[in-house]
Amino acid sequence: MNTFIRKLGWFAFAAAGAFAFAVVALNRGEAIGALWIVIATVCVFTIGYRFYSRFIASKVLGLNPTRMTPAYKHNDGLDYVPTNKYVLFGHHFAAIAGAGPLVGPILAAQMGYLPSMLWLLAGVVLAGAVQDFIVLFISTRRDGRSLGDLIKSEMGQLPGMIALFGTFFIMLVLLAVLALIVVKALAESPWGTFTVAATIPIALFMGIYARYIRPGSIGEVSLIGFVLLILSIVGGQYVQEIPPLAALFTLTGEQLTWLLIGYGFIASVMPVWLLLAPRDYLSTFLKIGTVVSLAIGVLIISPELKMPALTQFVDGSGPVWSGSLFPFLFITVACGAISGFHSLISSGTTPKMIRNERDARFIGYGAMLMESFVAIMALVAASTIEPGVYFAMNSPAAIIGTTAESAAQTISQWGFHVTPEMITQTARDVGEHTVISRTGGAPTLAVGMAQILSDVLGGQAMMAFWYHFAILFEALFILTAVDAGTRAGRFMLQDLLGSFIPFMKRTDSITANLIATSVCVAGWGYFLYQGVVDPLGGINTLWPLFGISNQMLAGIALVLCSCVLFKMKQDRFAWVTILPAIWVFVCTLTAAWQKIFDANPRIGFLAHANKYKEAVTEGTVLAPAKSIGQMQQVIFNDYINASLAALFMLVLISMLAFGIRTALRARALGTPTAREAPFELLPVEVVSRT
Amino acid sequence: MIEREGDFGKIIEEERTMLTRIVSGLRYLGQGMRLMVGMPEYSTYVTHMHHAHPDRPVMSYEEFFRERQEARYGGNGKVTRCC
Repeated sequence: MNTFIRKLGWFAFAAAGAFAFAVVALNRGEAIGALWIVIATVCVFTIGYRFYSRFIASKVLGLNPTRMTPAYKHNDGLDYVPTNKYVLFGHHFAAIAGAGPLVGPILAAQMGYLPSMLWLLAGVVLAGAVQDFIVLFISTRRDGRSLGDLIKSEMGQLPGMIALFGTFFIMLVLLAVLALIVVKALAESPWGTFTVAATIPIALFMGIYARYIRPGSIGEVSLIGFVLLILSIVGGQYVQEIPPLAALFTLTGEQLTWLLIGYGFIASVMPVWLLLAPRDYLSTFLKIGTVVSLAIGVLIISPELKMPALTQFVDGSGPVWSGSLFPFLFITVACGAISGFHSLISSGTTPKMIRNERDARFIGYGAMLMESFVAIMALVAASTIEPGVYFAMNSPAAIIGTTAESAAQTISQWGFHVTPEMITQTARDVGEHTVISRTGGAPTLAVGMAQILSDVLGGQAMMAFWYHFAILFEALFILTAVDAGTRAGRFMLQDLLGSFIPFMKRTDSITANLIATSVCVAGWGYFLYQGVVDPLGGINTLWPLFGISNQMLAGIALVLCSCVLFKMKQDRFAWVTILPAIWVFVCTLTAAWQKIFDANPRIGFLAHANKYKEAVTEGTVLAPAKSIGQMQQVIFNDYINASLAALFMLVLISMLAFGIRTALRARALGTPTAREAPFELLPVEVVSRT
Repeated sequence: MIEREGDFGKIIEEERTMLTRIVSGLRYLGQGMRLMVGMPEYSTYVTHMHHAHPDRPVMSYEEFFRERQEARYGGNGKVTRCC
C-alpha cells in the first residue's frame, strides 16, 4: 500500500512536470509566466535526482557506505576533514558556480528560450551532473587525487600530460573571455567603473583588518565589506553626476583592457591575504546571496517571458553570435548543462572532505543540478527583457549602428518591435548613458535582474541601484577569478615548462614566478585585446572558443569516467558516460571544425582571414583595422584562433584514442584493473554514527 | 495531575530538542559559509590534534587562519573556483 502511494506520488509529480512543459513548449503567441519554467525544471531535476542518480549510485558505481574515505584516512583537520554533507554541498556549490552558467544562457537566448531550456534540463541530468558525480566518486576512491593525476594513473603518463596542457589553454581563453565581459560592462560607464574600482581599496582594507586588526574574523570583515560595497554603489551615482569625476571614470574599452592586464599582473603577485582572499569572501557571499534572491524574486513575481520560444536565428544568422543551433547552441550554453571545469573541482578539495562515499551523490549530482537551476534563472532574466531591447544590447555596433534610431530600425526589420524611445528609456531606467551594444551578457543579466528585483523591492526608483548591484556582483567574482586563475595558470605553466627547463619548476624563485606570470597575463591579455577591438564584439570569437575548450575538458573527463567503468568491469553500464561523451565529442569537434573551416567569415576564422587578405591585395582597409599593418594583425589573429581551435580538436581526438586503448585493454583482462586505494573499512564508530 | 506534568515535561523536552536543532542548524550554516571560502572548522582541527597527535603543537586560531588562507590561494595550482 505504501509503495503504491509513493508510486502514485511520483506519477503525479511527473504529470505536473509534463503539464508545465506543455505550457512552456506549446504556448504560441501569448506570453507565459516564468513560474512554468521553474515548475518544469524542479520536476525534471527531482525525478532525475531520485531515479537516475540513484541508479548510478547503486548499480553503476556501487557506492559503499562502509568504505574508508580520504577524509578519515588522512584526517589532518586541515585539507582532509570529515565534513557534514550539507556543509560540504555549500562548499562544492560555491566552488562550481561562476559567471559561465549566467552568461551562456543569456547569449543563447537569441534563439529563443526553448532550445536553451531543453538543453539545460536534458544536459544536466544526463551529462553534466553525471560527470561531476562520477569524477567526485573516482577521486574519493583514490585519496582525493586531482584530475591530471587520475588520468595519469588510469590512462597513462602521456594522456595526463596532454590533458594538463589542454587545461592551461582553457585557462587562458577563460580568463580572456571573463575579462572581456567586465570590459564590455564597464566601458563608458562611470557609475559601474567607480563601483568596481572601489572594490580594490575595500578589499585591501578588509585584508589588513582580517590579518592584523581582528585576525581571522571572516564573518565580521565580510559584513563590513558588504556595507562599504553598498555605499560604493550609492556613491557611484554621485560620481556620475559630477562631471569632472565622471570624466575620470569614463573609460574606453581599450583603456579598461590595459588597466585589467596591469591589474591582473600586480594582483597575482601580491600576497594572497591582502587582496585575493578578502575579495574572494565578498564575491562568494555576494554570489550566493544574489543567486538566492534572484530565485526568490522569480518565484514571487513570476515575470512574463517576452522572448519568443524560438526565434528565426536558429538558422545561425543571429547577431549576438553566429552559427546554427547545432552545434553552437550546445557550445554557447556550456557550463549550466555540462562544464568540464567542474571535473577539476570534483577532484580538488571536495573529495578530501567527504565523510561517507554515499554523500558523493548528493554533493556531486545535487550541486550540479543547483548550478543548472542558476542557469535557468539567468535564462528567465534574459527572456523577461523586451526582445527588441535584448537585441539592441547584445548586437555589435557593426550590425545595428551606434544610435538608438539605427538600432531600432535594424531590429524592427528582424521582426522585433522596438522604438528608439524604448532603448533610451531602458538606459535611463538603469542609470546609464546607453545600453546599445553592451555585449557580453553581464549588462543584459543586470537589466533582467534589475527588473525582477525592483519589482520585489524598491520599485522603478531602485532599478538603477539593482542594475549596478548586479554589474558589481558579476565584475567582483570575475576579477577574483582573473586573479586566482592567473595564479593557477602560472603554476600549471611552471609545472609544464619544468619538465623541459628545470629552473622554471622552482615555485620559490621570484624570477621563475614573474616569468610564468608574465606569460600567463600576456596570453589572456592578447586574446582580451583582440576581443575588445573586434567590430563584431569579441564575444562572437571568444565565447565559442571558450565553450569549445570547456566542452573539450568535459569530453576528457567523460573519457576518464568511461575508462574507469571498464576497468571496474562495469562494462554493461559504461553507456552512462559513453553516451554523453559521444554527444560532447560530436558537438565540440563539429563546432571547432566550423570555427576553422566554415566559408562564412562570421563563423570561420580562415574565411575571415581570406576576406582580409583579399582586401589587402586590393589595397582597401576593413574595420577595425585602420592601416594595412593592422589588417595583417587581424589576419594573424585569425590564424592564432584557428590554431587554437585545431589544438583543442587534436587534444580531444588524442584523448579519445588513449581512452579506447585503455578500455580495450581493460576488456581483454578478466579482473578489475581500476587503481583504487586498497579497500578499508570506515572506523566502526563512524559507520554507526552516520 | 501527574499525567499533566508528564505532558508538560514532554513539551519542554520537545522545545529543547527544537532549540538544539535550531542552534546546531545555525552552527552548520556558519560552518558552511566559512568553508565556502575555504576555512574549515577550527574546533574540529583542535579536537583532531588532541586525539590523534597529543604530542604535537597545535596552531593558534590566527596561525590556523593564515595557514588555510595560504593553502587556498597560495598559487599551488589548485583551481578553487570555476568559470
